[in-house]
Amino acid sequence: MPLKLTVNNVEKTVDVDPDTPLLWVLRDVLHYTGTKYGCGMGLCGACTVHLDGKPTRSCLTRAGAAEGKAITTIEGLSADGSHPVQVAWEALDVPQCGYCQAGQIMAAAALLANTPHPSDAEIDTAMSGNLCRCGTYPRIRQAIHEAAAAVSTTNK
Amino acid sequence: MRIDRRSFLQLSALAGGGLALDLYRSPLAAAQRIGDPADLTPQAFIKIAPDGIVTIMARASETGQGMRNMLPMLIAEELDVDWKNVRVEQADLDEKKYGPQFSGGSANTPMGWEPMRRVGAAGRQLLITAAAQTWSVPAAECTTEAGHVLHKASGKSASYGELADKAAALPPPALNSVKLKDPKDYHIIGHSQAGVDTHAIVTGKPLFGIDVTLPGMLYAAIEKAPVFAGKVKTANLDQIKTLPGVRHVLVIDGTIAPAAFTPWEPGMEPGIAIVADTWWQVQKARKQLKVEWDLGPATGQSSEGFEKRAAELLQAPPATTVRKYGDVDGALKSSAKVVEATYQYPFIAHATMEPQGCTAHWTDGKLEMWTTSTLPVDGRGLVASSLGIKESDIVTHMVRGGGSFGRRLQNDYAVEAAWIAKRIGVPVKLLWSREDDIAHDPFRPGGTVGLKAGLDAGGKVTAWRHHLITYGDEKHAASGGGIGADTYPSGFAPAYALYTSAQPLMLRCGALRAPGDNAYCWVAQSFLDEVAHAAGRDPLEFQLDLLSNKRAPWKSDGKDAVGDHEPTGAEALIPERFKGVLELVAEKSGWAKRAKEPGRGMGIAAWFCHLGYFAEVADVSVDANNKVTVHHVWAAGDVGSQIINPRAAESMGYGGVIDGLSELAQEITLAEGRGVQQSNYHNHPILRMKQVPPIDVYWRRTDYAPTGLGEPTLPPILPAVTNAIFAATGKRIRTIPLQKSGFSWA
Repeated sequence: MPLKLTVNNVEKTVDVDPDTPLLWVLRDVLHYTGTKYGCGMGLCGACTVHLDGKPTRSCLTRAGAAEGKAITTIEGLSADGSHPVQVAWEALDVPQCGYCQAGQIMAAAALLANTPHPSDAEIDTAMSGNLCRCGTYPRIRQAIHEAAAAVSTTNK
Repeated sequence: MRIDRRSFLQLSALAGGGLALDLYRSPLAAAQRIGDPADLTPQAFIKIAPDGIVTIMARASETGQGMRNMLPMLIAEELDVDWKNVRVEQADLDEKKYGPQFSGGSANTPMGWEPMRRVGAAGRQLLITAAAQTWSVPAAECTTEAGHVLHKASGKSASYGELADKAAALPPPALNSVKLKDPKDYHIIGHSQAGVDTHAIVTGKPLFGIDVTLPGMLYAAIEKAPVFAGKVKTANLDQIKTLPGVRHVLVIDGTIAPAAFTPWEPGMEPGIAIVADTWWQVQKARKQLKVEWDLGPATGQSSEGFEKRAAELLQAPPATTVRKYGDVDGALKSSAKVVEATYQYPFIAHATMEPQGCTAHWTDGKLEMWTTSTLPVDGRGLVASSLGIKESDIVTHMVRGGGSFGRRLQNDYAVEAAWIAKRIGVPVKLLWSREDDIAHDPFRPGGTVGLKAGLDAGGKVTAWRHHLITYGDEKHAASGGGIGADTYPSGFAPAYALYTSAQPLMLRCGALRAPGDNAYCWVAQSFLDEVAHAAGRDPLEFQLDLLSNKRAPWKSDGKDAVGDHEPTGAEALIPERFKGVLELVAEKSGWAKRAKEPGRGMGIAAWFCHLGYFAEVADVSVDANNKVTVHHVWAAGDVGSQIINPRAAESMGYGGVIDGLSELAQEITLAEGRGVQQSNYHNHPILRMKQVPPIDVYWRRTDYAPTGLGEPTLPPILPAVTNAIFAATGKRIRTIPLQKSGFSWA
């Protein structure tokens, strides 16, 4: 039975088994390849997307369970990389290999949406589900603070 | 031993493909010879559009070390253009045109430093010649500035864009004849430039191997035996073929004959390839597979068995003498004090965030492949020999890989993808699951080391005896399990012996970031700390003193190493540089004034590898439950005169430290009949953000040519932490992972 998914504000109809993980529908059926596969067990966070704004592991989310929810992937976080988190990531040149970064950015964007000025401890808590094998953590921490500062400056 | 590129290739053919590994230990001069710029032309690397936009080809593979920046930056600097007008394009595999195109052994900096700058300077020379001919002025009177040629006397000026066509048609000058800039005039080298792919990464563009998508492409994965090289006896193939989306089910017989010595790139592992419309359908079909395996000779292996055999070999006379000078046994006997210990480290997996995979298309007798290999020239050769096709019938695209750490130097995944592609004739993307990736990794081999050191009455080292129990047969050590005769403190101890013995290993092994050194540094620097304490001396002062010893003369007999570790030779380690980073890190960390209190301590360690020197200090606390917290790390590095891309270099420093910390809690174990016991990040963990301490990276600039950063940042952190645990608790960690010694991360 076809599923109706709303990805980055666009409604898509896909003909997949509803138990297919959202990750593989996004990647292999809809070709939103920005969201990455890392572990398939919710251990690494590389597949993090937003479901109704909430950071969610798409490798453990059945596509059927995402029906009726707003799915946001890295491609839809902003039209042009202008989300403050993306801007900070670019300004500090956070990535090394870059593979985990879409998941890191989605987790960070969700954190800042709820906690505009996170402490280091709050960052650690929010980000510790996202693994980075290259060790970009110090840069990620720095970039989250920078994004938080940029947002508050813009809002003044 | 003189090593040039040709002898590397010969060596690698002999050693079963260890090209990059041989380089790991080669002296700088040899590294520069490999990068002999004689055949390179600026036209191959540089394209200039009429609007002045400069496209520079990145020749090396990119898996996160910033090679797509570093090498093009060298060209752009000497070409004399603004970096903002540079676009970087990844070259396909064509070593005739581009020179060496691999990323391994921290070799791209020493291999590229001279030739890439000369390519840029030759390009600049062509543009000057083109301008001089146009204006009928002497070339010597022309200068360049930010993408323009100027003739000051006549006031003439032309942009590179205007001159490009004419310049491209001129004969390129001999690269050795061109003049290079004075480093004080650098405006790109030594200035942080953002990663050329960073914008694409943060916006989720398809960049990685896993993102390659071709029209009509199918997806594949391979079910393999739990035990290395186990073969398919029977399976319910007919049933699998009927499952949703499944297009092909192919049995791979494999080409590996398990033996005591498993070479680098041992061949194709047997298994069952399933090809379907989507990867998830492949995975679902795999769950329905019922396979009876012929597990073969490797099935009897277990970690317990390895440990038992290692203990026996440690007691037996060593099989091989790698280096020996002085009367070691006599000196130990007459020493005032003898310190003796056994160290043990585990097998570990690479676990790159992007699992292995490759996309391939076989059509009209030719193969096109998109690979994340960091040694693609070997990949092409292996694919050709495995499939029985000509290398000239293969086009190899080099795609960004999600991490390598040495993993992608091997090309097993590319051979598999090509094999499937040839069978099915449509484009196919092979992707390993995380579980496949851990279980079938070319592991860093474990090892056991028996050590003895003698001290005289004054607390000075008299002798050092080092017996490594590694894996392999009488003649070979498993990939990544070899050792060189120059392994520190070889040469500095007044009498020294390095022996090896080996036990059989039927398992794929390979290079893991700082191969060999990631274990040998931990062993040597831990034991040195132990010996310093036994002597009642400060570990830093003790090591500086050892480094001041007169070096034992190096007499190479051509048998200076076991396995794939070429020794660098007596002159490679420069004591002044080793001491320099130790002194710098001591100063920055406040080593001399460190607090000594129960439950908290600092540890120090240093190492030289891949032509770079790093010293690191860790500040650690240990609670009542032996939970370890690392509070701060200081790292000091000496990689020569230039830090080419400073922010990226600092990131490599962070990465090496964090990677090394992760290794302290990792292990791969084998169970009899069941193979590898770890499967994913829960039981082969990598560090999480909350566990990462502040890290400060400092550079010590010296007059030596710049060298690489991929590897040397890593090794010292392991002993720095375990030495700090000793300082905090008085407990010496001689077995890692930490949990095997009763400790764990907080």
